[in-house]
Amino acid sequence: MSENASHPDLIANRITRVEELVYELSVSEVMTKNPTTFDYDTSIRDALEVMRRLKVSGAPVVVDQILTGIITFEDVVRALRDGRADKNVCDYMTTEVYTVHDYDQVVEALKTFSKSQVGRLPVLDSNNNLVGMLTKGDVSNGLLAAMERDADKVEKSKFKYSKLFNDKEIISDHTSLILRYKVKKNDFLHGGTASNQIKKALLRLGASTQIARKCGIAVYEAEMNLIIHTNNGGNLRIEVDSEKVSMQAYDDGPGIENIEKAMTPGWSTASQEVRTKGFGAGMGLTNIHNCVDEMVLRSSPDTGTNLFMTKYLDKETENGPGKDH
Amino acid sequence: MKIAEIAELVCGKILTEDYKANLEVQGAFVGDLMSDVLSTIKPEAVLITGLNHPQVIRTALIADASMVIIARGKEPTSEMIELAENEKMPLISSPMGLFEISSRLAEKNIISFENSFNCNNYP
Repeated sequence: MSENASHPDLIANRITRVEELVYELSVSEVMTKNPTTFDYDTSIRDALEVMRRLKVSGAPVVVDQILTGIITFEDVVRALRDGRADKNVCDYMTTEVYTVHDYDQVVEALKTFSKSQVGRLPVLDSNNNLVGMLTKGDVSNGLLAAMERDADKVEKSKFKYSKLFNDKEIISDHTSLILRYKVKKNDFLHGGTASNQIKKALLRLGASTQIARKCGIAVYEAEMNLIIHTNNGGNLRIEVDSEKVSMQAYDDGPGIENIEKAMTPGWSTASQEVRTKGFGAGMGLTNIHNCVDEMVLRSSPDTGTNLFMTKYLDKETENGPGKDH
Repeated sequence: MKIAEIAELVCGKILTEDYKANLEVQGAFVGDLMSDVLSTIKPEAVLITGLNHPQVIRTALIADASMVIIARGKEPTSEMIELAENEKMPLISSPMGLFEISSRLAEKNIISFENSFNCNNYP
């Protein structure tokens, strides 16, 4: 399984971002400026030589900045087959040319590419003067460059987080921090490692000791459930933003037979062996419920179990195990 | 009470080196099942337990316990001691049982750091 396949929400984010960029970027940002052009009376022989030297497979033909046609490698081949290398490009060029404007969104160019099946589009400005050329390669490169700039921003926001660690303040914009842990089945030796790391991260981010402790307890219980009760282990995903800590534990089975019973304090299906390790008190879900503000448990034999827990940062409940003495 | 005083009181060995010698311990909690511990333990409690497993250290960390006493002379594994050392969680092994340890601490005015368990807000 590839790394991406195991992170479905990450893939979703990326797709959305590319789609967004297609709408955000204008053609002028990704096109090749000052493209090679041919005059009306350039000979086919000269055109072929230029195309070979510059490694382009087509170029616009202009008169006084105004686009009159496009000559491609196929047109040149056609002329050579006719034995007419001495003819001018205007005799063999395509005159009905698909174009885009420099102020168009990239998505418009993509539509034109798909509708016309051409490999390159001349780009015109608002006065219909030729200002650039656009290939599908230009679009891909432009998107990649924009994604890279995005990644730069992420780097900078990481820096912001590390500053916040020192400032002891929780983030106050729309950014969020996501922590992700894989939990292995039956890995009692490392059980509680992820939840302790999460607790530490929350403290570094400036959460109060009480919030960090309660989130820690909730995630610890969820982590132990993944170790004890799953077929193949599971995942913990913790998202921190300025208002809340959203915690999620999910696995692919076997699912909980009777959710109501599972929620009853003292009820446990843990084996005797597990109990000798100090687990199976039947208090896990009860503890989680007492530590968080919202708890949603979904489970079925087909999809496994999905536990959502939310702790709001501005709420300090007086009940539950996290209560200070 | 200070950690070294508690160790002496329960005839225990302090197995970790890096701890706050001046920390004043005021309360304790006894439990063998980790979820039971997490359900009602208060912060800064001494966790007294018969369970000898690295989970005890992680539970103590999650619950902000001040130290851990392993009862009945059980010898923690080197991994468990290492974990406690790295996380600066004082770890004591005592030859006494849970009741004896608790009684001795209670005599020295160490109080219960256990919340009453409240089922009322449970669905």
